[in-house]
Amino acid sequence: MSRALILHLGLLAVLLAGNVLLPAYHHGNMARIMVLAVYAMGYNIAFGYTGLLSLGHAMFFAAGMYGMGLAIRLADAGALPAMLTGLAAGAGLSLVVGLLALRTAGVSFMIVTLMFSQACYLAILYFGEWTRGDEGFVIQAVDRTLFGIDLSDPGNRYIAAWLLFSAVLLLTLRLVRRPAGRVFVAIRENEERARLLGYDTFRAKLSALVISGTISAAGGAAYGLLFGYAGASFAGVQYSIFPLLWVLLGGAGTVVGPLLGTLFMFYLIDLSSGFTEAYMLIAGLVLIGLTLFAPQGIAGELRRRLWKGLP
Amino acid sequence: MTKSSDRLITPNRRSVLKTLGVAGAATALPLWARYTHAQTAEPIRIGFQKHATGIGAAYGRWYERTSVAAVEKINAEGGINGRMVELVTEDDGTDPKRGAEVLEKFANQSNCDIAFGTLFSHVVIGSAPRAGELKLPYFVVSEGHHVASGMLNRWTLQPGITDVKSQIQAMAPFITDTLGKKVTMIFPDFAFGYDHRDNLTPAIEKAGGEVLAQIAIPPTETSFTKYFPKIPRDTEVIYHVMVGPAVLTFVKELGEFFGPSAPQLFGFIDSLEAVDMSSPGLEFLDGSYFWEGNPRYLQPDAPDYVKAYRDAVGIDANGASVSDPKDVSTSAHMFGCWETLHVIKAGMEASGYASTADRQKLVEAVEAMSEMEAGAAHPQGPKLFNGKTHQVFGQQYISKVEGGKLMVQHTASIDDTLYPDEVDYTSMSF
Repeated sequence: MSRALILHLGLLAVLLAGNVLLPAYHHGNMARIMVLAVYAMGYNIAFGYTGLLSLGHAMFFAAGMYGMGLAIRLADAGALPAMLTGLAAGAGLSLVVGLLALRTAGVSFMIVTLMFSQACYLAILYFGEWTRGDEGFVIQAVDRTLFGIDLSDPGNRYIAAWLLFSAVLLLTLRLVRRPAGRVFVAIRENEERARLLGYDTFRAKLSALVISGTISAAGGAAYGLLFGYAGASFAGVQYSIFPLLWVLLGGAGTVVGPLLGTLFMFYLIDLSSGFTEAYMLIAGLVLIGLTLFAPQGIAGELRRRLWKGLP
Repeated sequence: MTKSSDRLITPNRRSVLKTLGVAGAATALPLWARYTHAQTAEPIRIGFQKHATGIGAAYGRWYERTSVAAVEKINAEGGINGRMVELVTEDDGTDPKRGAEVLEKFANQSNCDIAFGTLFSHVVIGSAPRAGELKLPYFVVSEGHHVASGMLNRWTLQPGITDVKSQIQAMAPFITDTLGKKVTMIFPDFAFGYDHRDNLTPAIEKAGGEVLAQIAIPPTETSFTKYFPKIPRDTEVIYHVMVGPAVLTFVKELGEFFGPSAPQLFGFIDSLEAVDMSSPGLEFLDGSYFWEGNPRYLQPDAPDYVKAYRDAVGIDANGASVSDPKDVSTSAHMFGCWETLHVIKAGMEASGYASTADRQKLVEAVEAMSEMEAGAAHPQGPKLFNGKTHQVFGQQYISKVEGGKLMVQHTASIDDTLYPDEVDYTSMSF
């Protein structure tokens, strides 16, 4: 077993132990953080590994959330088919957006993804009759049962979040160490050179975006299902910025970075809001500090200083 | 030499750590011990979910002032069941995700007995599922129809402010009887506007009037002139509920469009909550009518308990802060915090609430409530609480803008606000 695998399995073991050891408040937070980290890991595939700086990933998160939520609300689907609908919505949307947006690159790609995401947000408001617009809707506890397990129970919710997180973490770890993942990194480092070497970079970028969008949708669907609410605010522009922030903080292009970034940001806001209403100011200062002193993010800094091979 | 100095330093570091550890444990112990040994002497902790940042900040600021004033009054009168009341305030950023997290913090970290005070509907709807799972009584002050619609759960109640459905339908008789029967609606193109569209239209028809046109304006719009030609020429009343920073432009452009020959105007004060009525451009509103949840300006016939409430919250005769006349209150909504806290007090006293183990009893006690008399605890007016739908009903005020002030012209009765039950929460399990 490689050192990297031991590290990541160890991390999963620690998180699993949290189910028993953490006090109630932090137990609930950790379940949230793991689901949001899934979203960040999805984002990291596009941004961290392939260099696709998207400013519209909230649309994929929301596609998962609404795909799942509307399947329950309108079609009375069970939790499992609803989750799968959410995943399919994310995969389908990322394929369509990828086919169109990947015709651009760099700043244009950022703007095009931002615009697509805004269009999705406004579509949620426009079809308010079904989506309940900006108010959103509750996913009742009775609908949140998977294989007879009640997901509104804190312990079950934690385990469900952990299972999803583990699956995505191991999938990401495997992906980035396989040839396909190496091609993603090659594109990030120098797309021209990758093309020169004979790789179909458009296809590789499209697959990166679809994988990224589908994982983000899994995060969105799980968030709605575990916490019982779907709302348009999750499709807003700030939810496109969050994963970028989490990934940058934790370390872009590292497997554990998204979790570290999400964890750090969550508690930074939670703790600083206890001191002042201007807590975003504190968050901003800390972010500036991190950018100045650890520009590669937390895990990136670890890789630079301690362990060059950290995946 | 180096070795010996190492020896000197190492034990020091350890002893420092040890001392810190012991000190840490020692500081933790009294807190922990206090909670277990002297629970009855502990204050009742009410988690206040405040919109301190985000789009609800103007409301949050006044909701907090009103809540603090109500808690001071309750404490000055001996607290609840002999215990003092303490507000534990957390900012939810007017965001449903953070709202749900804040409820968890109240229940699991700050040992709150209940949660209270949310206004914006999406934050209520995003937070309520967690309140149900945490079995935390959640008293919202939102005026949304979400509670009475049956969307939420047994732990979520709205006993201190009426809901938008009842407010809107209570306006229809006045509009058709006094202002005109042919109504054109102008509303923002999102949930708040749809509440008005969906509830006013049938109410106007029932009252013998007719809605000629419904003009939805996207929330991102900054200029409105192009929408005004859509207003049918035979319109007698324009019903407008635009909200947000563009309201001043909306009113100004409406005035420029119609000049002196405008139809009657009827609006919801939500458009101008926390906005000074003497702001430039609002002159056009003189002579127009507004729904008010609670009068902003001190009325000549106001009873003493209304004056006492206004003094306690710190608003002057114009409904602005006594310390800053430019800081206009959200008068039509914030009374709900005051009244809700008094309902909580009454519920805790009726149920003999002693600890978090009695949360269910508290909900049941509030569900058993019915009529609430106007007075120091209910300065907005008398109320009728429906335990099945968890929603309170109360009278509504219609005011006319006269010389830049809102003066009450008509008070819609509680009967005008009632509608058939859409849910029976009492049949749901806890």
